[in-house]
Amino acid sequence: MAKLPVTLTVNGDGYDLLIEPRKTLLAVLRDTIGLTGTKEGCSTGDCGACTVIVDGRAVTSCMVLGVTAADKAIMTIEGLAADGELHPVQQAFIDTGGYQCGFCTPGFIMASKALLDENPARTEEEFRHALGGNICRCTGYTKILEAVMQAAEEIRTTA
Amino acid sequence: MPEKKEYKVIGTRPIRHDGVDKVTGRALYGADFHTAGLLHGRVLRSPHAHARILSIDTSRAEAYPGVKAIVTAKDLPDAADKVADLGEGAVHLKYLCDNILASDKALYKGHAIAAVAATNAHIAEEACALIDVAYEVLPPVLEVRQAMEPAAPLLHETLKTGSLGETAEEPSNVASHLQHKKGDIEAGFAEADVIIEREFVTGTVHQGYIEPHNATALYNPDGQLTVWCSTQGAFTVREQLTEILQYPISKIKVVPMEIGGGFGGKINVYVEPVAALLAKKTGKPVKVLMNRADVFEGTGPTPASFIRVKMGATKDGKLTAAQTHLAFEAGAYPGSPVGAGAMCIFAPYDIANVLIDGYDVVVNKPKSAPYRAPGATNAAFGSETVIDELAKELNIDALEFRIMNGAKEGVKRADGPVFPRIGFIESVEAAKQHPHYTSPNGKKHHGRGVASGFWFNIGLASSVSISVNPDGTINLVEGSTDIGGTRASIAMQAAEVLGIPAESVNPSVVDTNSVGYTAVTGGSRTTFATGYAAYEAAQDVKRQLIARAAKLWEVDEEDVQFADGEFSCINGKEAQLSFHDLSARLGETGGPVVGSAAVNPPGAGGAFATHIVDLEVDEDTGKVQILRYTATQDAGKAIHPSYVEGQIQGGVVQGIGWALNEEYIYNAEGTMTNASFLDYRIPTCLDLPMIDTVIVEVPNPGHPYGVRGVGEVPIVPPPAAIANAIYDAIGIRMTELPMSPDRMLKAMGKI
Repeated sequence: MAKLPVTLTVNGDGYDLLIEPRKTLLAVLRDTIGLTGTKEGCSTGDCGACTVIVDGRAVTSCMVLGVTAADKAIMTIEGLAADGELHPVQQAFIDTGGYQCGFCTPGFIMASKALLDENPARTEEEFRHALGGNICRCTGYTKILEAVMQAAEEIRTTA
Repeated sequence: MPEKKEYKVIGTRPIRHDGVDKVTGRALYGADFHTAGLLHGRVLRSPHAHARILSIDTSRAEAYPGVKAIVTAKDLPDAADKVADLGEGAVHLKYLCDNILASDKALYKGHAIAAVAATNAHIAEEACALIDVAYEVLPPVLEVRQAMEPAAPLLHETLKTGSLGETAEEPSNVASHLQHKKGDIEAGFAEADVIIEREFVTGTVHQGYIEPHNATALYNPDGQLTVWCSTQGAFTVREQLTEILQYPISKIKVVPMEIGGGFGGKINVYVEPVAALLAKKTGKPVKVLMNRADVFEGTGPTPASFIRVKMGATKDGKLTAAQTHLAFEAGAYPGSPVGAGAMCIFAPYDIANVLIDGYDVVVNKPKSAPYRAPGATNAAFGSETVIDELAKELNIDALEFRIMNGAKEGVKRADGPVFPRIGFIESVEAAKQHPHYTSPNGKKHHGRGVASGFWFNIGLASSVSISVNPDGTINLVEGSTDIGGTRASIAMQAAEVLGIPAESVNPSVVDTNSVGYTAVTGGSRTTFATGYAAYEAAQDVKRQLIARAAKLWEVDEEDVQFADGEFSCINGKEAQLSFHDLSARLGETGGPVVGSAAVNPPGAGGAFATHIVDLEVDEDTGKVQILRYTATQDAGKAIHPSYVEGQIQGGVVQGIGWALNEEYIYNAEGTMTNASFLDYRIPTCLDLPMIDTVIVEVPNPGHPYGVRGVGEVPIVPPPAAIANAIYDAIGIRMTELPMSPDRMLKAMGKI
């Protein structure tokens, strides 16, 4: 299949790529660029493990073609910790034990980050609605919700 | 006996050692592995649930540009009549090999038939479509009772029922029949004033780990085979590879990558031998990844079952007899967890007369694999529902009824073992006193239910070595896959012995060439058994350091004491050295200190749990909403309480999914019609409340710190607890899983 030239901006860095149009953004991030922190769980947009942030919105990267992501700002889990400091969501997941195997964690963290950027003042019920597209099979979600609410509190008090 | 003292590290909640890697995307899982010259493999799977394979023509696929190799069952060594020993009893090698690549018959939709290695995954997938397989399609057998009928189509023409030491004459789908007997079952029922007998059906469910199976293999020209994969046990993969490939164990190295969930489903190999065959044929590294449909259709779910339970009690509430018939679907090859179900079903209770019959039955579904307390959840759905019905019938509080009949130290299980000190009664008492249980419950269509559960836990072999660094830290090398925080729970046990903080331990999970044999992360054994090995390895380090201190101070070793991280001299000399300071002086006292231990501890100690659930039944839609959930559990001693809570919460939610949503839905041809995360509904955070936990600590006499395995038992009570709560809400006994809206509406007579 003929490849197309595309420039992607990922975590602030520009990548000049030649990619097959059938490749998903997830495949481009993982296989072409080598950013394997974003995970593939279902390839059908049902589990949320591949969530990245595109122009400020949480997106399941398995449902987006790589060639359509040119000229957009893409952020992956690798780009979240700034200047060696963990993001409050990352720190909260560590503090509360909001993960066990860690495979869904990058997706949960990116979905939570997008959510908190939009509005950190939400109720538990609202967080449950907003994170309903991400599946975790290990934790039963209790400690994930605790993590997200702890991060929300942290963001609200330091903002 | 467990040490009884105040602990410095155990019982605290340090950050796990792989914490930062897992929140920054740095942790490397199997699919993340990359190496130069990598080829990509794809497996062709059977479109039929039951078919004879007449021929496989790979010529068109071989000619496809970019294809480097194709393998079929012909590339596996001849397995006929060989018996493999994987440490848990003998298995027919042919069954093992045929589940990797089918030879004569495809036995389930999704059964692997052939595999292609190509320069990229798309080409491999396209080439799979060019492999021509001729099938003779046979009628599928999809349900355990149907499979047990004498006239049922046979999956294996040579399979004959093994029953209590005898082998039947005629072939059958019933692979084996087991029985446990205690007392006189007839006399027990004769003593009873109330007898309840019910039949239960449970669906096929999947472990549902988010990470699909993966493997990368490389054969070097010197014959060394290396496999990188996500597995619950690198040594278990090595054992299976040596049998399936008939290849020397010393020439196989398995490198465990991080694992994205397993729950028992990542013990059996699937794509690992396929990657190895493709790597051998191409001379290049080959990576094989499953997609989600492959995982549902091609890996082990936990079986559907048919269960009959009959229990009797006197009018003053004493259980006198319990009988069960457990028929479990093994999937395509023998080996369902019916044995474990039989061990667990009546274990929480002290009943004088018990008769348990279990049947392992093959059907045209994927070969079943363990799933968190395998077999126990199916079984407890039956027994804990009947217990509830008896308590109601006798007008005794359901938890009080459990306490009155609860098993304790000295009680003999029907399958033989006598309980050491256990914490069943304590777990029920904790539930009974919990504010959840004493809170009011009485709204229309709201119900409250309780249920208990048992899992025996296992020990098995573990090895650990510890080397002391000059800055007072230690490197701890282990072979146990860390699925959910065991690096921390193992490191903490070594830290406790040496009087150092958990943060001063650097734990590493290493490959099969780099540590002593360590059994699988399963059976709730890792914090117990690998933790035990870490304890013993740390004791070895301690002994060696005492000798070093004695050398420095020119005293006898007996004159050196170690407490709270300090070595001190007790023969009048004023000498004291911290673990940290002595670590810096190893060079001058004889060189490095490395401690090691290999253990196979027998006293795993069983785990008991009791759960309380409040729920609401929507009369119009049949949907059951969980409103409140509390789980109590005897953890023996919780090394890291947060991670014990996490195990309980995760197990509970898997149990809720099993109870309310999850099942393989088959059409008449034997195709699973819901092989995606959209249609196979596992719970999301939107479906749930916070899960409350109560950790009860009745120390296990078989571990130095009293640890009991905690991971599995929390999945056991939920389906029964929820069924009992539904009865409380609407007065209907649900006897089939899942209790999905359609089954609820049917039970309520609405459709």
